[in-house]
Amino acid sequence: MQMDKNSYKKYADARAKKSPCAKNCVCAFLFGGLICAIAQGLKELYMTFLKEDDAGTLVSVTLIFIAALLTGVGIFDRIAKHAGAGTLVPITGFSNAVASSALDAKGEGFVLGVGAKIFTIAGPVILYGITAGAIYGVIYYIVTLIMK
Amino acid sequence: MDIILPYLWAFIIGGLLCVIAQILIDKTKLTPARILVSYVVAGVILGGCGIYKYLIDFAGAGATTPLTGFGYLIAKGIREEVEKNGLMGVLTGGITAAAAGIAAALIFGLLVAICFRDKRKQ
Repeated sequence: MQMDKNSYKKYADARAKKSPCAKNCVCAFLFGGLICAIAQGLKELYMTFLKEDDAGTLVSVTLIFIAALLTGVGIFDRIAKHAGAGTLVPITGFSNAVASSALDAKGEGFVLGVGAKIFTIAGPVILYGITAGAIYGVIYYIVTLIMK
Repeated sequence: MDIILPYLWAFIIGGLLCVIAQILIDKTKLTPARILVSYVVAGVILGGCGIYKYLIDFAGAGATTPLTGFGYLIAKGIREEVEKNGLMGVLTGGITAAAAGIAAALIFGLLVAICFRDKRKQ
């Protein structure tokens, strides 16, 4: 079958619509919401013996631990395939990105393999988070100086 | 009802933040890595403006669990350090506030790499 570039693109786009955005959004909403509701439950549990800030930190650490463990045993990818952004956006997605980058690089050794590639996704997140924070800090500092 | 309400709002707000990301992934060509970076930066900006705090008061873990909450934490840490130590806080506040999350993710990530084999490669 002869096809020029444009008609092929139309053909491919028509086929690609098989993963509808609406269904993905419902899945993302349900999985993302569920993770956040679990986090809320953990927070209320931890607040029975910790201050609010510490409880919040421990909730993050718990979710990071669970996500890393599920990544290691290979379950996380199977859930993420259905959940899409539902598991990506909560802190579980950050943990999965770190753990799977580290796991991928295992064959390349532990220093320049795991040690370097563990930052493949974590690096940009930390870099731009801290940079944006620093810009905000300078602005805040100047504003407080003027307000005095 | 009062006991269920915080869970319901956490579910709805957390879910909606995920839906926004899902739409961005489906409708634009943003990769998951760019979504993560955008969410953290958005969290810093919203946290800096003081908007995100209201969302957290309202939705609890629904606002702190998504990565925007991580950005909010960075902005909050920097603001507190700037108030305490002046300009030096700009450099010390952010990583201090995010330390637990970063350290936990890195250490658990390394442990996973040590303990497990990559299933996809077999």
